[in-house]
Amino acid sequence: MFATGLEWAAWAVAVPLVGALLAGLLPRFGPGLGLGFGVLTALAVSGAVRAVWHHGPVRGGLGGWDVPLGIALSLDGLAALMLAMTAVVGLAVSIYALGYLRGAPMRGKFWALWLWLWAAMNALFLSGDVFNLYVTLELVGLAAVALTALSGGAAALTAAMRYLLVSLLGSLAYLMGVALLYGGYGVLDLAALGAAMEPDNVSRLAAALMTVGLLMKTALFPLHVWLPPAHASAPAPVSAVLSALVVKASFYLILRLWLDVFPALTVPGFELFMGGLGAGALLWGSVLALRAARLKQVVAYSTVAQLGYLFLVFPLMAVTPGAWQAVVFFALAHGCAKATVFLAAGSLQQAAGHDRLADLGPVMRAEPMSVFAFAIAGASLVGLPLTGGFIAKWLLVEAALVGEAWGWAGLVLLGGLLAGAYVFRVLGHAFGRGPASPDHRPVPGVMGWSTLALALVSVVLGFAGAASLELLTRHGGRP
Amino acid sequence: MNSSWLLIFILLSSLVPGLLIFFLREESHALRTALNLGGASLKLILVGALLLGVQRGEVYELRAVLLPGVELVLAADALSLLFAALSTVLWFVTTIYAVGYLEGSPNRSRFFGFFSLCVSATVGIAFSGNLITFLIFYEILTLATWPLVVHRGTAQSLRAGRLYLAYTLTGGALLLVAMVWLAVLAGSGDFQPGGYLMGLEQEFAPQLKLIFALLVAGFGVKAALVPLHSWLPRAMVAPAPVSALLHAVAVVKAGAFGIVRVVNDVYGTTLTLDLGLALPLMALAVITIIYGSVRALFADDIKRRLAFSTVSQVSYIVLGVALAGPLGAVGGLVHLVHQGLMKITLFFCAGNFAETLHIHKVSELKGVGRRMPLTMLAFTLGALGMIGAPPLAGFISKWYLGLGALEMEQHWVLAALVFSSLLNAAYFLPPVIRGWFGRREEPWHETHLQHTRFETHWMLLGPTLFVAAAGLGAGLLAGMPFSPLDWVSLIVEREYAPPEAGP
Repeated sequence: MFATGLEWAAWAVAVPLVGALLAGLLPRFGPGLGLGFGVLTALAVSGAVRAVWHHGPVRGGLGGWDVPLGIALSLDGLAALMLAMTAVVGLAVSIYALGYLRGAPMRGKFWALWLWLWAAMNALFLSGDVFNLYVTLELVGLAAVALTALSGGAAALTAAMRYLLVSLLGSLAYLMGVALLYGGYGVLDLAALGAAMEPDNVSRLAAALMTVGLLMKTALFPLHVWLPPAHASAPAPVSAVLSALVVKASFYLILRLWLDVFPALTVPGFELFMGGLGAGALLWGSVLALRAARLKQVVAYSTVAQLGYLFLVFPLMAVTPGAWQAVVFFALAHGCAKATVFLAAGSLQQAAGHDRLADLGPVMRAEPMSVFAFAIAGASLVGLPLTGGFIAKWLLVEAALVGEAWGWAGLVLLGGLLAGAYVFRVLGHAFGRGPASPDHRPVPGVMGWSTLALALVSVVLGFAGAASLELLTRHGGRP
Repeated sequence: MNSSWLLIFILLSSLVPGLLIFFLREESHALRTALNLGGASLKLILVGALLLGVQRGEVYELRAVLLPGVELVLAADALSLLFAALSTVLWFVTTIYAVGYLEGSPNRSRFFGFFSLCVSATVGIAFSGNLITFLIFYEILTLATWPLVVHRGTAQSLRAGRLYLAYTLTGGALLLVAMVWLAVLAGSGDFQPGGYLMGLEQEFAPQLKLIFALLVAGFGVKAALVPLHSWLPRAMVAPAPVSALLHAVAVVKAGAFGIVRVVNDVYGTTLTLDLGLALPLMALAVITIIYGSVRALFADDIKRRLAFSTVSQVSYIVLGVALAGPLGAVGGLVHLVHQGLMKITLFFCAGNFAETLHIHKVSELKGVGRRMPLTMLAFTLGALGMIGAPPLAGFISKWYLGLGALEMEQHWVLAALVFSSLLNAAYFLPPVIRGWFGRREEPWHETHLQHTRFETHWMLLGPTLFVAAAGLGAGLLAGMPFSPLDWVSLIVEREYAPPEAGP
């Protein structure tokens, strides 16, 4: 191997950043640049993942400048897995966008913003101190808001504005927490903070501020109201990225903080409270998904619901310490599946010119490939076998049963059944009576095939459980 | 190359044609039929080879790690072969039937694609070597069947599809929790004669009982045990080949097969008896048998009557294993095959009546024996077999079930068997009598199958006669080698052999 894990990690941030700058300067070459730099980023990420797999976690300063002066990167199994998910979804979305944005006026801006967002997310996964995390979080938020506003209609602008406010408010809360921590301990590095953490009130306040800020960005019930309009009104590739990756980025940060920095701070009832919010998200999001009249809204509410699972990590970890790995695998499975579902929904919407569920049947019959991809990814959302979702569900139920937390196990299963209800509610329209729509706009092949390929990633994940868990054991970092 | 790869090839022999068919255009009729029949024939040959191998005592097994401590296991034992051979043979004939049945109707590529997926899943269930593998194929079967149930796309079939999913997905969720729980308690063991839970009952008896209940409930949904049966009669809106293969054989048998695996190869009959689980299961089976028969008595729609008859008859299998003795097990397992042959005959006949003469109700059958004598003959054979008239296949099953009941000193079961046979006669004899001896006053409906030399299209008639003859043969030739009874005796010998006699 000619490069170390850290070098690969640095490339994983630098490559999309350069791509973003170039695409910004040369908007005419956006598609070519986007695809080329997307492939290069994926290569850098695969190098980083292999390095973690073989040599374990690493951390260190960029260019030899370590903390407190320089920018420290930290690469471990969790970060590698998130990088990999972003790369796989990102690559599929990039290919899809080639077809989706063909001839659209927004394509000049899309590629620069999207590569920028990719770079910011990779930087977030790799950052090892709370201040750099703030910077990357802000970058992710701004890029995401700009992408939401891309389609330009009144609905999109309103949604983007609301998203911007929530995002800024969240970052601000997070920053106040960082300031409190810095005032208390004088360090920003995650590992150093974790080692020094004292369960006093200032630290608790900091933890609360940071967590609430991140919850707003993750759109956990009841702070979710900004998500459905934003995700449903954005262009399909953007919706996929927002739902699959961006909300996971802030969740990753919550998980990272509570795994490595704050575990000493928990107060009785905290886990139950977070789990309760997760349960609320799961139930309320599913109910709304069942009632939504438009396809993309169904998918967006499904994101609200499925995000609830992520927060079961708190009650489950309280009884089974290894449960966070199950939740991370769930996040992985959900990311791939949700991106697929959004891409398929986007194809159908483009083909039909609308996404009203009641009138979508004929177009669904005319576009079997998109429906098939939707079905595979939907099966993963429900947690049916041969998909990543099944493995994730197995792991979650196992963690709950090992800890004898029967209620949470029941909730996981109930969530799966509700997901089944809204997934098959959509699919039922494809089997309705009547001919296929004759006057729809056929979906370009590149969109259909990239969606199907991403759907098959969900199937691959159904067999990748052991390897992913193995990668997650490479946790933490040596200076 | 390892001979165990045969298992993979058997799975692929229906999966690959199925996937290819999805990409075929509606008009490529010949290519689609060639793919279907080619896959079905190949599977028949491969399963035949496997059958000989397993009889010689060869071991077929493939494993892959799915999660730490959890493996995906494909294995072939005598019991898997019973189910695999049944579904392979019936897939072949049903494919021919379906080609004839669906001629000219829309969405055939979609239909045959999912049809092949269903068969792959069924064979996967047969070859599952542990519970999680079983669950995986079981859920795939659920998924692949749903498009077939809603195939016609009417509001009624979409409703039936919703009901089907609500039942089966809930059942799947119960199974998942039961299996994870079992894996937490006992690890994820392979199916083995006598089970792998011995010794746990001292510490975990209540948990094991609860898990057993969850497993039976989960499998009971597909096996249509009362009160989890009501999706089955509604699912009869599906096209006749689907009702025939899937709802007489693949889907309901998958549930029954799951219960067989749980009782014989996970818990083991000894533990099932020790924990006091056999009696409740037996009672559940008997209730289902009686209830299904009574409901069948009052159903006028032919397919609906057959569906309730399925509800009733599948529980004979459950009853057989619940008796937990060798003779009862022979009766139950052999009924797995016999019921499949007889019920598919009846469904094919119902499909023929409906397609040729638009007959959907028992009351419309008057005089049909003159118009369609061969189909009516097949129907009669199937019906008499179901009643249990000697020397037909159903008689063999009931005989051994009766012996099993006496062996385990459960005399009330014998009484229930007799009562249920009377009910069988009560709902199967009227259509037979009406068909042969009734007289139709008005002329028959115009048939749309004009270009036919026989009483109906040969692709409909041939398979019907074949399965009727197979049902007859399974009874008449029950003593011959490789008859279902002979094979089941081999299974039960291996199952009930004292453990110390093993290698």
